[in-house]
Amino acid sequence: MVSRLFPLTLQDVAVRRQGKRIIGPIDMVLDPSGPTMVIGPNGSGKTTLLRVMHGIERISAGSATWAAPDSSKHAFVFQSPIVMRRSVVENLAYPLRLVKTPAAQIKETVDYWLDRIGLTPVQNSPATRLSGGERQKLAIARALVRKPDVLFLDEPCANLDGRATHEIETLLQEIAEAGTHLVMATHDMGQARRLAHDLVFMLDGKIHETGPAATKFSTPETQALAAFLRGDIVT
Amino acid sequence: MVDIWEGLSAAFWLIVQFDTELWEISLRSLRVTLTALVIASVIAIPLGTYLAVQRFRYRRFTISLINALMGLPPVVVGLVVYILLSRSGPFGVLNLLFTPTAMIIAQVIIITPVIASIAHQSMRELWAEYHDLLISLNTSKWQRITTLVRDGRRNLLTAALAGFGRAIGEVGAIMIVGGNIDHVTRVLTTAIALETGKGDFALALGLGFVLIGLAIVVNLAIHTLSRTEREGQW
Repeated sequence: MVSRLFPLTLQDVAVRRQGKRIIGPIDMVLDPSGPTMVIGPNGSGKTTLLRVMHGIERISAGSATWAAPDSSKHAFVFQSPIVMRRSVVENLAYPLRLVKTPAAQIKETVDYWLDRIGLTPVQNSPATRLSGGERQKLAIARALVRKPDVLFLDEPCANLDGRATHEIETLLQEIAEAGTHLVMATHDMGQARRLAHDLVFMLDGKIHETGPAATKFSTPETQALAAFLRGDIVT
Repeated sequence: MVDIWEGLSAAFWLIVQFDTELWEISLRSLRVTLTALVIASVIAIPLGTYLAVQRFRYRRFTISLINALMGLPPVVVGLVVYILLSRSGPFGVLNLLFTPTAMIIAQVIIITPVIASIAHQSMRELWAEYHDLLISLNTSKWQRITTLVRDGRRNLLTAALAGFGRAIGEVGAIMIVGGNIDHVTRVLTTAIALETGKGDFALALGLGFVLIGLAIVVNLAIHTLSRTEREGQW
């Protein structure tokens, strides 16, 4: 399923903070047909790129333009899951309440996601009591309750153990198969290989290489990507 | 030490004998303070939250000013309110001087900066926690403020209780604008000041203990009703 939001065009985008260049200049057109993984070493600008795409990072120069701009159709999951000081069920209901969804529909949607992420038994507990993996699943489900076309994820499995990572990857694969486009930053190459359809390799605040994941993993064009995929330290 | 025991004894007998004047004064103290608290909270909590989420040109100055006003001398507040409400003042026509309403006005002025400042501090921390989420959900300014107030209500309760503590023990301003008139504007603190002036230390102390007891009871009641100590519950 192709979202009407795409393509997303970044033209000469740069982000600077206190005079320091964080990313840019970046020119790219994002029109994915499957999950897009943004990879690169720490500090390469993956998070900032995702934030620019989602529209929550102020751009210092250039422009980021969706074909059909609709900010309600994309959602973001942060590296450290932000759980509200509310019960699990209230966390899930929150985005729907913001857009004045009828109560019956909220209940139906929340019940579906509680069941889907396995948190029904703790639905009335404070979300802050959940484990790291449960928090991240809650954050992903909360991002999905409004049925976005695009889901941005910033290293959602960082700091999680293997089992939690597997659960989240399974959930993400199901979401992607159901038609939600995933744009995800990760520095876990195994995860990138498992999930990626397209690959964006960032280095030093710039897009170094981009293309279909299968091709990029087997025959990287640049020395830097080849080294990064080998696990070498790339700066 | 003897005076303190006499004070405790006086407080005990005042309560046990169900002294009507004591109850009248205590209830007036509560009515004036709680009314001032509600009005001040309605002003200060949204103000503190707004200052946490909104960036504007004189924001730092506004925050500094509110923090500075926390130390507002009650006697000066009383004097200013007295001048404003006196017959020759701009609001003299309202005939509010030496009424409980004047005392409420003075208390609102004193405790609003206290509540706003503490509310701002706690809302600023919560805003830092929620910032990315609320921005990414494309929330309006109003939705951000209501979300922070709802989820930070425990901290806001602490801010309100700090205001209550300041108001219930206040004497300087309400003495000036209330006049300590028997059966009209006399409250616990002004009664204590009066009895101290008359040299009846035991009764003054007794009233003092009643005042402390009242403050503790109100704090406990608010904590119990709002279940602040229920472990793990928001």
